[in-house]
Amino acid sequence: MNEHPAFVEWKERVLKKTLERFPERQKEFKTDSGLPAERLALPETPDEKYLSKIGFPGQYPFTRGVQPTMYRGRLWTMRQYAGFSSAEESNKRYRYLLEQGTTGLSVAFDLPTQIGYDSDHKLSRGEVGRVGAAIDTFDDMEALFNGIPLDKVSTSMTINSPAAILLAMYVVAAEKQGLKPAQLGGTVQNDILKEYIARGTYIFPPHPSIRLMTDIIEWCSREMPQFNTVSVSGYHIREAGSTAVQEIAFAFANACTYVEAAVSAGLNVDVFAPHMTFFFNASSDFLEEIAKFRAARRLWAKLMKERFRAKDPGAQKLRFHTQTAGYSLTAQQVDNNIVRVTLQALAAVLGGTQSLHTNSRDEAITLPTEDSVRTALRTQQIIAYESGVCNTVDPFAGSYCIENMTDRMEQEISALIGRIDAAGGMIAAIESGFVQRQIEDSSYAYQKQIESGERVVIGLNKYQESEEVSPPVFQINKFTEENQIMKLANIRAKRDNQRVRKALARLEDVARGKENVMPYIIEAVRCYTTLGEICDVLRSVFGVYEEAKGY
Amino acid sequence: MWRKIRTRGCVSDSMNDIDEIVKGIYLKEPRAIGRAISIIEDGDQRAGAILKQINAKSIQDSTIVGITGPIGTGKSTIINQLIAHYRTQGGRVGIVAIDPSSPVSGGALLGDRIRMMRHAMDKDVVIRSMATRGKQGGLCASAAAAVRIMICSGCNPVIIETVGVGQAEIDVVGLADITVLVLAPGAGDEIQVMKAGIIEIADIVVVNKAECPGADSLIMELENVLHQRNCAVCRVIAREAYGIENLATAIGKIDRERRKSGQFTGKRKQIRETEIIDCAIEMMRDEIRSRLQECPGNYTGDPRAIARKLIDDICVTELDMLKRKRPEVFS
Amino acid sequence: MDIQRCRGRVLIGKPGLDGHDRGAKIIARSLRDDGFEVIYTGIRRTPEEIALTAIQEDVDAVGLSVLSGAHNELFPEVLRALHQAKGGDIPVIGGGIIPREDIQHLKELGMYEIFTTGTPVQTILNTFREATERYRQKKHKIP
Repeated sequence: MNEHPAFVEWKERVLKKTLERFPERQKEFKTDSGLPAERLALPETPDEKYLSKIGFPGQYPFTRGVQPTMYRGRLWTMRQYAGFSSAEESNKRYRYLLEQGTTGLSVAFDLPTQIGYDSDHKLSRGEVGRVGAAIDTFDDMEALFNGIPLDKVSTSMTINSPAAILLAMYVVAAEKQGLKPAQLGGTVQNDILKEYIARGTYIFPPHPSIRLMTDIIEWCSREMPQFNTVSVSGYHIREAGSTAVQEIAFAFANACTYVEAAVSAGLNVDVFAPHMTFFFNASSDFLEEIAKFRAARRLWAKLMKERFRAKDPGAQKLRFHTQTAGYSLTAQQVDNNIVRVTLQALAAVLGGTQSLHTNSRDEAITLPTEDSVRTALRTQQIIAYESGVCNTVDPFAGSYCIENMTDRMEQEISALIGRIDAAGGMIAAIESGFVQRQIEDSSYAYQKQIESGERVVIGLNKYQESEEVSPPVFQINKFTEENQIMKLANIRAKRDNQRVRKALARLEDVARGKENVMPYIIEAVRCYTTLGEICDVLRSVFGVYEEAKGY
Repeated sequence: MWRKIRTRGCVSDSMNDIDEIVKGIYLKEPRAIGRAISIIEDGDQRAGAILKQINAKSIQDSTIVGITGPIGTGKSTIINQLIAHYRTQGGRVGIVAIDPSSPVSGGALLGDRIRMMRHAMDKDVVIRSMATRGKQGGLCASAAAAVRIMICSGCNPVIIETVGVGQAEIDVVGLADITVLVLAPGAGDEIQVMKAGIIEIADIVVVNKAECPGADSLIMELENVLHQRNCAVCRVIAREAYGIENLATAIGKIDRERRKSGQFTGKRKQIRETEIIDCAIEMMRDEIRSRLQECPGNYTGDPRAIARKLIDDICVTELDMLKRKRPEVFS
Repeated sequence: MDIQRCRGRVLIGKPGLDGHDRGAKIIARSLRDDGFEVIYTGIRRTPEEIALTAIQEDVDAVGLSVLSGAHNELFPEVLRALHQAKGGDIPVIGGGIIPREDIQHLKELGMYEIFTTGTPVQTILNTFREATERYRQKKHKIP
């Protein structure tokens, strides 16, 4: 194989370039016994099938990985999702995580923030700071990143409907650190379609939401080229109860909708697609998950090349963040969850993820304590430094089992995408309820399997304990809501309200027209307009989405 | 810090007193309206007492509109828009939304309500979700009673919504003064719909999603089929409220014409007949079933003859009982 | 048409801003498969909307699901709204991510029962059966 022209070409064209850009982490990679760990294990004589379907990492169709050296060159980003109570408290947790060795930040916002309500809104009662940090104005954003150099740390923000506003706040907070947008790296999730089918934090109806989305993509492609503008998510679809096939198929169908929208808006697929990332679930079926990731990479590369005529390999590469499956964790015998998370994280790594969040053992009950999040992080670190799996790229390639599964997954995913296409695309499929029904059916079937015992969950329906000791529950600061409300009143009193009114009026005009809203949102954010005030203006222009399909 | 909000499991007794309930219906109290419908739906003995007190005149003055059609045509959106329209005119609207019961479990997912939640806080929109509960006709007779209760509370019109699949479509015609059939391009095989009976008896056909490809050809086909019957075809884009006022006007027009010509009263008589026959059949069903099961010989032979015999037996029994009670009537 | 045939009418809804409806949908469907008529009102409902809908539909029980941790505010709000609308006698059953230490207090305030993650669906169904049976007996004056 070593002399095969395809391999030689790959070494010259792809591998060499990467090694020049960043060398591998070590001079040599050895197993525990001191034997050399090969960079890429290959068949003796590669056949056509191998070359076209499996190929080489960093080269189309990327089945074996999007980088030629994968973790030998750089480990995945260890990015733990965190946030609760106020910006100040979340900031403390971020600093703790960075000290403990995470290599990227992942911000959780509370529900009022995600749904565009200020902390003093009637509907925010009881929800402020519960599932993430409460962010009302850019003041909170500054506090969130206090002491964290934004040009050195990449930040992923799980925010969708009001993504433009949080992004604007991030930009202004970085400004205060003396940084330009072009220096900032990170991601905004900005994936609205999955909200309608799996997550529920939508605000506006689909079409104006997509307009906001494309405004972000367009603005960032000019001003923030290092920033990922979309993280198309399958994770939540899986959490809502879908199968692995549905997870990828629906995420890809969403992604295709976004690409189509961006192309219609005049953007060049080779320019913006390299900034599209994905977010997947790492669930318990170890082998299937590895196959899933590999199939996803191959299929996405084909979709980009054939459907959207992307020429730049950067636009064909599927780069993704992974989170271990929240739904698989049990509230009973929580230590078992550490084992589950370990296997799931390993599957994600063997599947070639670029970034990883590992759940804490008590997440079926509470937000993670410092203690439990540290263990979750150590899980990643042990895999990275002690297990040896990072020394070889895509070690499962060539396994009959994994390659057959990969092929099978690709087929099934492709077929389901075909059904969405036939239904008129994802938006039509969502409006008709097709997607929701698919997810509901899978979810119900899964539950029935657990109830019947067909699907074993240790500690839940097998080997249960009669006396359960509850792990400590993480308490958010109970004064968070009160404090945020006071803060808001203070800010509203002190800011230049004239300027705020003007900024909102300008924004409304622009929202009704076709111009990009980002600069106007940034201006509004700068003068301490609140998230809720900006969203209210947008609600008045775009309307609100109402859940139409119950069952 | 927290005061106890209520005692677990306490019952408010006034809601079980029939007079209080009827009073509450006329006072438009949601609790009374809801309870009255449940009492009838569940076959509670007190159902008769409630129905007796329902004012006949107001029933005549109100209009019952049946809305049916295949899944995916946007009926709910249309209904929402119609509600909004009638509300802007100051009207009080009732909606009975009917979904099928599972023949296996007897349960039902009453999924229309979720699409009308924007009206949840509006006291003048009275909504009741009902399941067919295995009634032969696919439509519950108690729906008719629910409609009357809503009318008593001041609702006009009352809309009955059903999914137009099979028998339920035809049945809604049996309960409504005016039937609206909602179709949409690409939401099912239009030819099938043309073949089914509903097309021959609907009073108005709505083509929703009129902006979609296929709408024009659907309208043309419909006009071909319907022109002999003088049935209106309305183009609607429910999502944008386009054509809704037109639809409401068309409904109002048919209503006025029929009241003038006497057709309205005729139809009401038919509706009443249907309801009484339905009730009678339901009452007889259990009795017939138990007599059937008593005699194993009933499971062979001509079903029609057996049926005839069972009915005769029941009548004889009743007659016998009457003779025993009031012998002087028969001497 | 006898009362026994219908097991009962139940409203299932999610108050507050939490959008994770997987559990609520599973319970709704399981109830339906168990013979209940289920009015599923979806996510992002206010306590008032839930209460007024429950009363209009004359349900025999209300099921609430909250996973965001806001149950200590939202469940009592629903109880209060029901009470104000004269539906204080309707049993309210709650589920979600609820720490054990909150359960007793919520029941004292009037919640019929609280279920946490991992509770077998059959257990939940049994509670709904019990609650609705009791309620319907009083409703239809069955001694």
